[in-house]
Amino acid sequence: MTDPIIRFDKVVKRYGALTVIDELDFTVAPGEKVTIIGPSGSGKSTVLRILMTLERIQGGVITVAGEPLWHEERNGALQPAGEAHLRKMRRQLGMVFQQFNLFPHMTVLRNVAEAPCQVLGLSRQEARERAEELLKMVGLEDHMQKFPHQLSGGQQQRVGIARALAMRPRIMLFDEPTSALDPELVGEVLTVIRRLAEAHDLTMLLVTHEMRFAREVSDRVCFFDRGRMCEEGKPEDLFTHPKELRTREFLKAVL
Amino acid sequence: MLFGMSWDTQHGELAFAISILPILLRGLIVTIEASLAGFVVALVLGLILTVLKSARSRLISWPAIVVAEFFRDTPLLVQLFFLYYVLADYGVILPAFLTGALALGVQYSAYMAEVYRAGIEAVPRGQREAAHALDFSGRRTFTHIILPQAIPRIVPALGNYLVSISKDVPVLSVVTVLEMLNVAKIIGDQTFDYLVPLTMVGALYLILTLISSALVNALDVRLPKTGLPLR
Repeated sequence: MTDPIIRFDKVVKRYGALTVIDELDFTVAPGEKVTIIGPSGSGKSTVLRILMTLERIQGGVITVAGEPLWHEERNGALQPAGEAHLRKMRRQLGMVFQQFNLFPHMTVLRNVAEAPCQVLGLSRQEARERAEELLKMVGLEDHMQKFPHQLSGGQQQRVGIARALAMRPRIMLFDEPTSALDPELVGEVLTVIRRLAEAHDLTMLLVTHEMRFAREVSDRVCFFDRGRMCEEGKPEDLFTHPKELRTREFLKAVL
Repeated sequence: MLFGMSWDTQHGELAFAISILPILLRGLIVTIEASLAGFVVALVLGLILTVLKSARSRLISWPAIVVAEFFRDTPLLVQLFFLYYVLADYGVILPAFLTGALALGVQYSAYMAEVYRAGIEAVPRGQREAAHALDFSGRRTFTHIILPQAIPRIVPALGNYLVSISKDVPVLSVVTVLEMLNVAKIIGDQTFDYLVPLTMVGALYLILTLISSALVNALDVRLPKTGLPLR
């Protein structure tokens, strides 16, 4: 097996006295599509937020593409990472948020083109072309000059996906991308994600409540409970023959 | 006589009022200039204070907090006297108008800093997180994402402070700035009629305040609530 692109090694995350992630060991192979499911408060979103460097960790080591994410090597020892290291590591990851978090004061086109232009240093023309191409891919070529509030939730989330992809990340994190959507708008977003899942080299980590979708697109499903990975397996195994009692209970409740 | 214009005390109150109106208007212009100058100083200094106060390093944030508290908790008159008389002892001699505008700006910068902070905190956390995920630097996140969304939220509060500043301008008369109230007082001193000039100052202030409030409202309605559009 190839080296994992993501490796959690005894990772601990606490909010005060509350332990959200409890000595988690977890790996993802390059190009793998992994879905994380679990009850709320199980720490599944926290895993993504830690990877996106939105939350610090209190223990353990995370490695992304062979390099420690929250640490850097200095004088032969692992030290907490400085901002420059974090910024470099962040480039490899893209994130899609439950609440879309589009920039309301920018047009759709600018939402997507802004970061490539300002952060990656692409020329305006290059950034614009890249954004147009991605917006075409998510089916929004007719809405590029609109502002986010003029779009439906499903359209907004598709912009969110295009915006994250514009940075050309190796790993895409989806944090409950359809949970804030009206039911009739979920399909269009899932279609876009499904198409992305066909790309072999893109690693995807998806937190979702859409069990049927998880089953379709993922190579592996992980069930989280109380900050630990309770069970993992191929979707057909985990959904049809869950081994753990907690998994069975959860699946019975949501399916 | 003032500003080379004289007044008419021979033909009744109305004629007197009409004759001093242009003189008071000269004072009003100074009042408006001082308000705007003080406002601009407060806008800039307030933003600087906001940024420093929220600095991650306590070495920066603590002094900024102390300075802002000091600006806010000492009377305008004390600050004004300090700038005008104490600095002069150390060789820093500022013209009266500049001193006044600075004192107003310094005093109000502390209030502005609070307004900015509230406006910035009102921007949803997800905006910061999205910028973070796109690897924006802290500075760019502030200038491109947070500030354009905070500004429309704080315009009404800033407008109120502009009105407040204009009402504090008469304090500058103690360091000889010829703003409207000072002009009215000089006219009163010389004609022994205070009623007419002071009443006119009150009326002119009312008009000034109503107009500036209307302008601020118009601006508030015009600005898109989602933030200053960046196309």
